[in-house]
Amino acid sequence: MKKIDYRDKGSILNPLKNLQFFARKPITEKLEPRPASASYRGFHINDMDLCIGCSSCQKICDNAAITMVEVPSIKEDAAKGIRNLRPAIDYGRCCWCALCVDICPTSAIEMTREYVHTCDGDDTDSYFVFPSENGIHDLKFAKGWTKTEDSDLLDRIRRPMGEMKPEARINNFDEVVDGFTMEMAVEEASRCVDCGLCEDACPAHMHAPNYIRSIYEGNLEQAVEWMYETNPFSHVCGRVCTHICEDACSLGRVDENGVKNSQPIAIRWLKRFAMDNVSKATIKHIAQKGKTHIKSGKSVAVIGAGPAGLTAAFDLAKKGHRVTVYEALPKAGGMTRYGIPNYRLPEDRLDQDIEVITSVGVKINYNVRVGTDISMQQIHQENDAVILAIGLHNGRSTRISGSDNKAVVKAVDLLRMIPQGDKFIAPKSAVVIGGGNVAMDIARSMARLQMKQHNKVNVVVSALEALGNSFLADDEEVSESLEEGITILDSRGPKQCVISKGRLTGLETVNVLSIFDNKGRFSPKYDNSDLQYHPAEMVIEAIGQSADITLLGKDLIEELDWDRGRIKINDNGSTSVEWLWSAGDMVKGPDVINAVADGHRVANDIDSYLTR
Amino acid sequence: MRPENYQAVPLGDSNEYEIFIGPNHPGIEGNYALKLILDGDTVVKGTTDAGYLHRGFEKLMEGRLWIQNLAIVPRICVPDPAPMEVSYSLAVEEIMGIDAPIRAQWIRVLQLELSRIAAHLFTFGGHAATTGMYTPMYWGVADRDLVLDLFEDFTGGRVYSIYNIPGGVRRELPEGFLEKLSHLLDYLESRQNDYDNLLFTNQIFVQRAKGVGVLSKEDALEYGVTGPNLRACGLAFDVRRDDPYLIYDQLEFDIPTQQKGDAWSRILVRRDELFQSIHILRQVIAKLPSIKGPIRTAIPNPLSWNVPAGEAYARVESSKGELAYYVVSDGGDKPYRVHVRGPSSMHAVQTLEFLAKGARIEDVAQIMFSLDACPPEVDR
Repeated sequence: MKKIDYRDKGSILNPLKNLQFFARKPITEKLEPRPASASYRGFHINDMDLCIGCSSCQKICDNAAITMVEVPSIKEDAAKGIRNLRPAIDYGRCCWCALCVDICPTSAIEMTREYVHTCDGDDTDSYFVFPSENGIHDLKFAKGWTKTEDSDLLDRIRRPMGEMKPEARINNFDEVVDGFTMEMAVEEASRCVDCGLCEDACPAHMHAPNYIRSIYEGNLEQAVEWMYETNPFSHVCGRVCTHICEDACSLGRVDENGVKNSQPIAIRWLKRFAMDNVSKATIKHIAQKGKTHIKSGKSVAVIGAGPAGLTAAFDLAKKGHRVTVYEALPKAGGMTRYGIPNYRLPEDRLDQDIEVITSVGVKINYNVRVGTDISMQQIHQENDAVILAIGLHNGRSTRISGSDNKAVVKAVDLLRMIPQGDKFIAPKSAVVIGGGNVAMDIARSMARLQMKQHNKVNVVVSALEALGNSFLADDEEVSESLEEGITILDSRGPKQCVISKGRLTGLETVNVLSIFDNKGRFSPKYDNSDLQYHPAEMVIEAIGQSADITLLGKDLIEELDWDRGRIKINDNGSTSVEWLWSAGDMVKGPDVINAVADGHRVANDIDSYLTR
Repeated sequence: MRPENYQAVPLGDSNEYEIFIGPNHPGIEGNYALKLILDGDTVVKGTTDAGYLHRGFEKLMEGRLWIQNLAIVPRICVPDPAPMEVSYSLAVEEIMGIDAPIRAQWIRVLQLELSRIAAHLFTFGGHAATTGMYTPMYWGVADRDLVLDLFEDFTGGRVYSIYNIPGGVRRELPEGFLEKLSHLLDYLESRQNDYDNLLFTNQIFVQRAKGVGVLSKEDALEYGVTGPNLRACGLAFDVRRDDPYLIYDQLEFDIPTQQKGDAWSRILVRRDELFQSIHILRQVIAKLPSIKGPIRTAIPNPLSWNVPAGEAYARVESSKGELAYYVVSDGGDKPYRVHVRGPSSMHAVQTLEFLAKGARIEDVAQIMFSLDACPPEVDR
């Protein structure tokens, strides 16, 4: 660099040297759009199919330039987490910071390299733009600023949930997952963008964004308050819910261009954390909120103390009705107690949920089997309304040859025996037929008993479906089963139970060619040449359940309308008989959260029926 | 047209008279004004009338999420926005207890020095124009535009980069960017002769600038003057060297100074600084490819991002002087308080008023431009 000293006087001739510029070509550029740079923040485009209407762009917008507009032509799908809201942008407010692009969970909103927009006269509305895939002027400009892994603003990865090592858990029924610590829970909760897609997807519409926020703020009591607005089975759902909410979570989306790995918020585990860390007394106090002290003078009977029946009972008791629950078994909880093993749902957690429910004034009569100990007629006469919520406690049979042997048993019957404390000698080898969560529950329970009694696991699961492709059980159930030493044979259909001199020796299976026919009906096709023999002392059938409706009595069965073997109900859960409602697994489901939702539905309908 | 709240200053029986320059005046460097009381051609008293650009940035920031403020801060100094982003990010990072990755720090230096070059080119033109020379202004603005092209390339925006984020920078440099930058630096160096001929060795300009608006070192310190204006008084103070941030301690550069403290000294310092910036950028070009690694330290989901309670004062050397953000967090999702220590308020208010006293009317605009204040940064 040439130095210029302070004392330099310069020369009057120096500027004249620049006269040479007259001889140069002017560099004035023509007034036409030049191509903007490859990451330019021009106008927005929005891929309508990728956009899920989560409103994150609106929330982060610095200038309130984004308005979410309802587009009726877009189909909403709560279970998949898709809303029909799409962003519209006011370019009078936009500052082109592209934070909306960087926060978009699905990389739907992006910016193009287009940068010129003018309007004629009074047409200022043209600055309010509803971006589509083709850009502000439909000119299909190339993309400019798009999301990269660096610019992505969301916290995509779950805080890992600790769990017991397979060797530590295999000989007992202790709970497998550890649960969050406060710090982990707050971090996990901080990932939420508060879109509410989870709330839409949840059958009971639990206020997940609110309780996640409360956990984030460290206010666990408030979180539990939010939960009890919609779900008296929050301990249960915090552990074994099918978490449809997490499937709808906007953070669970991945896309080809930007985001490779994204995990939904662990909503279920957050719920578990909040419930576990608020005292029972406080929860009881919270559950009392909204309870009226005016007695309606009406009485309702609930048959079956499972999640559906007890949720309805909880709601109705809080509304001032007298509620009596009839339960055939010695304890309440239905399938959550007699179907779900303890290592997934410890009994004391379930007991606490039930204790809270009874604390609002629900009376449960245990060991009363309707139809045997008390007739349906008597219940009808003593009550203004009756809810039938008996669940699905009859195991279905494969009806293959040899399945009538006494060593061929139903999964539900076995699962019911284990928590009842029945002395049960586990077979040294067992084959489970079925590929759903119940099959995994019985296989894993059996493995634990085998380990305890024989110090060796020998359980084979034979499922029709192929692993990794429409397999029915949850992925984590499958992986944890494999860790525990269970063999899963997928795409295998049961051929026959081999009986020798009246004793079961094993199961023969064949390869599955297809499960459904071309009309989508269940009609499995097998390749009989591929035959395998699995020696076993016991074969367990876990292929589905049905309701035991004998309690209704012949007259009522005839009076009711039926829909393919299930009682026909309307949208509110009421049957064709005026005083009878039905809820839970026997009409919908099967899962806990659907049962809870069902319970609320019938309770609301009964309340308006009783107070009409 | 007079502003509504205008009140004539009663002058009594003297020969003095009052004139008002600005806020929209070709001789003023932005949206602020000067009230001058003159006796003949000599200024008796000058009063800075700021506030025309007041948008309440500091207050606005208290109502916005930590991340949303990134879109506001560059607006506090339009010609030199990069130091705003970096300083805000540094302050938030300090409270959070995180550091930007090394590569991001190098990229930030690249952005800061490019921004300094753009700002100085702008100032050359403005300063020259106050002496009646308009060609340097066209040149300065045209050459600055080439810098803006590069900003567009790697930050996505020409003027408001909005490229920094607490924890690093938002995007990796595009492919071939460093070559482009290298070409630009070659070009700027090749322009040195032209600028020198036209402006810095132009006898008319030198004579106009010399001895105008003289500020002594003591007065400069008294008035809180920083940056090139201070260095023109003979004090080699530069935050980059005296309180190094980012990776400035790994770079080699001189701190240009002058002794006389007049308008000529100030523009000479800026001229030399521009070439020091080129020198720094050459080092960045040489070093950056060998620095691999991430460009961002993760921050929480910005929609529920609570910065822990605490406070931080992060200063950087902007083209105007020492720029700092004083950020206070009460542990919430928005700042409790953000204060911008902009160099321009010292330069445009107290220093300008001090220097205007006794100056001739034709030099007032030059004194003002030679101080290189940035009006929105005065108003905040």
